[in-house]
Amino acid sequence: MRVNGVERSADVEPRVLLVDFLRSNLLLTGTHIGCDTTSCGACTVRMDGDPVKSCTVLAVQAEGKEIKTVEGLANGAALAPIQVGFHEEHGLQCGFCTPGMMMVTSALLERNPNPTDDDIRWAISGNICRCTGYMNIVKAVKYAAKMQSEAAKAPEHAAVAGGGE
Amino acid sequence: MSSTMHMHGGIGESIKRKEDGRFLRGKGNFLDDIVLPNMLHMAILRSPYAHARIKSIDTAAASAKPGVVAVVTGELMAQHKLAWMPTMSGDTQAVLATDKVRFQGQEVAAVIAETKAQAEDALASIEVDYEVLPAVTSPDGAKATGSALIRDDKEGQADNHIYHWESGDEGTTKAAFAKAHKVIRLHTFYPRCHPAPLETCGCIADVNPATGKTTIYMTSQAPHAIRTVFALVAGLSEQNIRIVSPDLGGGFGNKVPVYPGYVVATAASLLLGRPVKWIEDRTENLISTGFARDYHMTGDLAVDENGKMLALHVHLDSDNGAFFADAQPSKFKAGLFHIVTGSYDIPTAHITADGYYTNKAPGGVAYRCSFRVTEASYLIERLVTNAAIELGIDQAEFRKQNFIQPEQFPYHSATGWVYDSGDYPKAMDVALDKLGYAELKKDVEARRKKGEVTGIGIASFTEVVGAGPGADYDILGLRMFDSAELRVHPTGKALLRMGTKSQGQGHETTFAQIVAEELGIPAQDVSVEEGDTDTAPYGLGTYASRSTPVAGAATAMVARQLREKARKLAAHLLEADEEDLVWERGKFYVKGSPERSKTIQEAAFAAYTNLPEGMQPGLEGVHYYDPPNMTYPFGTYAVVVDVDKGTGQVKVKRMVAVDDCGVRINPMIVEGQIHGGLAEGFGIAFMQLITFDDEGNCIGSNFMDYLIPGSWETPKFELGETTTPSPHHPIGAKGVGESPTVGSPAAYVNAVIDALSPYGITNIDMPVTSDKVWAALRSKGVTE
Repeated sequence: MRVNGVERSADVEPRVLLVDFLRSNLLLTGTHIGCDTTSCGACTVRMDGDPVKSCTVLAVQAEGKEIKTVEGLANGAALAPIQVGFHEEHGLQCGFCTPGMMMVTSALLERNPNPTDDDIRWAISGNICRCTGYMNIVKAVKYAAKMQSEAAKAPEHAAVAGGGE
Repeated sequence: MSSTMHMHGGIGESIKRKEDGRFLRGKGNFLDDIVLPNMLHMAILRSPYAHARIKSIDTAAASAKPGVVAVVTGELMAQHKLAWMPTMSGDTQAVLATDKVRFQGQEVAAVIAETKAQAEDALASIEVDYEVLPAVTSPDGAKATGSALIRDDKEGQADNHIYHWESGDEGTTKAAFAKAHKVIRLHTFYPRCHPAPLETCGCIADVNPATGKTTIYMTSQAPHAIRTVFALVAGLSEQNIRIVSPDLGGGFGNKVPVYPGYVVATAASLLLGRPVKWIEDRTENLISTGFARDYHMTGDLAVDENGKMLALHVHLDSDNGAFFADAQPSKFKAGLFHIVTGSYDIPTAHITADGYYTNKAPGGVAYRCSFRVTEASYLIERLVTNAAIELGIDQAEFRKQNFIQPEQFPYHSATGWVYDSGDYPKAMDVALDKLGYAELKKDVEARRKKGEVTGIGIASFTEVVGAGPGADYDILGLRMFDSAELRVHPTGKALLRMGTKSQGQGHETTFAQIVAEELGIPAQDVSVEEGDTDTAPYGLGTYASRSTPVAGAATAMVARQLREKARKLAAHLLEADEEDLVWERGKFYVKGSPERSKTIQEAAFAAYTNLPEGMQPGLEGVHYYDPPNMTYPFGTYAVVVDVDKGTGQVKVKRMVAVDDCGVRINPMIVEGQIHGGLAEGFGIAFMQLITFDDEGNCIGSNFMDYLIPGSWETPKFELGETTTPSPHHPIGAKGVGESPTVGSPAAYVNAVIDALSPYGITNIDMPVTSDKVWAALRSKGVTE
């Protein structure tokens, strides 16, 4: 499989979950495990563009697929708009659900560049956050949407800001 | 670049969080992210029964499984005198069961293997022969004649009763009730729920066989207290123990206690000479670690003919599970429940509490709450709304009539608290104004006439946080002070270390802001570290909204201490008298000559390079803060609901929350915490339930059965604020993280009860699910 643009391969037991493969074999520990029952979304990654809960995907099912994790969001020092949005709008507290939230909402923004509050709440309804009450996550996604649309209008400027310290 | 990086970051500025970067990049350092060389993995075998005698345990087959290095049982732990451990409430708790299992999910044995999968695989090969015993699943069951004796391990324990505890004055309360015009009674059950932080609990124990140094990476909200407990329990030398609490994926009280897994992993590492990692899965977390609430409460409120509150009597039965392991100050058996008179000027009160053992998980923790203040706040606020409805007085008006008035502070309550400051009518007015209360009430009346079911709920809570004054508050004898150590480097940058431990509260930003305010070093130049007991000063940790009231105060005090040394340094540099220097955030200048000034950074450099005669070099200090009193945040929350008569479904239309937590250090972070607590309060009111069947099987052992509010069902919140500083806190702050969880459940439920009150429905216990509402309406003959 290609993970964050890099070809990765390994021999694994058939039962190994994608999340365990990412965390244990590739040491991409930004993808978290919160529930084991596909309920919380902390393990969300993108597989061929679709957000999937990697605790419910076998590693072998990802063979030949394009996988993107939170570690693949930023372009070097420059954070992606969704990351900037979460920072600027205080969309994270403990940070444990944040990678999954950003993977889901980055997919949303590709499909719907100008989502309403309800669009965003529906998109993240399979992802649990225990800290924020979701208010600022919604704002964070809107911030990112605005940033992306402004960048699209003025393509000569850098599409992303740095940030996050 | 963060949009606020250029800001100074003093108190009151909503600067963006300094800690965000690593989390946004997937580079947080949570427990399960840590990998040590040569590390083994541990899995725990848990009891399938709530109550059973262990006849035998056979580990031979498991020991022979691939990758298995050791199988640990209670018998092995007993050889090292570690089969039992003390709890935070003066009881004992089994580490690995030897005689009986006393709740479903109790730790029975552990497998240590080369990989996590191998350890988990081998659990199935451990053979335990159980003799199943009858299970006790409630205080009523625990009291019943002939009920099974749960704690037959304890000498002299003849029944399932744990404690009887009282507060207030029985005589004056009885006398007041005798003269009452009316007595309003509410019996309500605040059910068991679970904090369920998204990251479960775990540890990596790493005992270095060459040096004896024991390093334990642990999901702990209170690493220093844990270190001392480990020293006392395991007989290890405390200087050889290092607890490191890395980034925590939420805590909410769940990560305060010592869990058996920590002890077993440490013993295993000691015996095997290799690091041992243990991390729970979600089910283990929900069925075995610190739960919350489980209080059966009966409140009686006496009022006179004018609706003035005369007296309050409360009795509660506490369901403590199989071991009395509540995480709370040792002096108070029912936590701080006796704050139950709340925001009201009630002349006398009497509270009685009894605790019971049951065959349920132990560890009543303060789930986003200051030691049972949530149960207290829920009871009084539900009772007050019920009283207003019964008396035919508007629930806002009834509250206002009985509020402690601003001029009564400091207020001495009937149960012995000294409230530091408050302005309850003001918070109420801001909330009602935001709500458009008068119009809304008309709307409710009009819609009710059309047959709609709609209502408004109000809760005006008072919290008590910031434990606490050392004379009254201790955990296992450790006084509940906290600490801050501040080092200013030669280049004027600073390192602040505290005895607390953030779980998402934003300490790396907020506490840097206190230094920015008090010492004038921009927040961006102040690093904040917590959680490593080898480097941080001793403190009691983060829970019960105590970080800002206690460690925040320590931070302000140590910053002021360094500022005084900096003044001497500046005077030396300016060749002026100390007394002639004026402090303006970030610099000292000579009175009358503002151009003659030295910045804090220049003073810091001088501390290492150019000192006055006789002065010790360096600009460092530490402060241990023992607060003179608790702080008392408060607020008024108001909720509007619609109820569907056909389905019983409740829709929260609005949630207005007005909080007064004293001075706000970072308003953005404060509001974020309030949002989160309101969502958790919503979950507790409507969804989150840990319950048990008659055999003690836990219903609610995963996120498909234990329902956590998601983005779709969680309401939108409208926030408001008032600011009444704490008079005794150095910067006037009070603590806020738990106010919304404490205050909001009653507001949500009051709204439902207000909506149902025209039908004579006076109570539905939480969680207020559609089926309960539907059944309540049907019981009164209401159909579509």
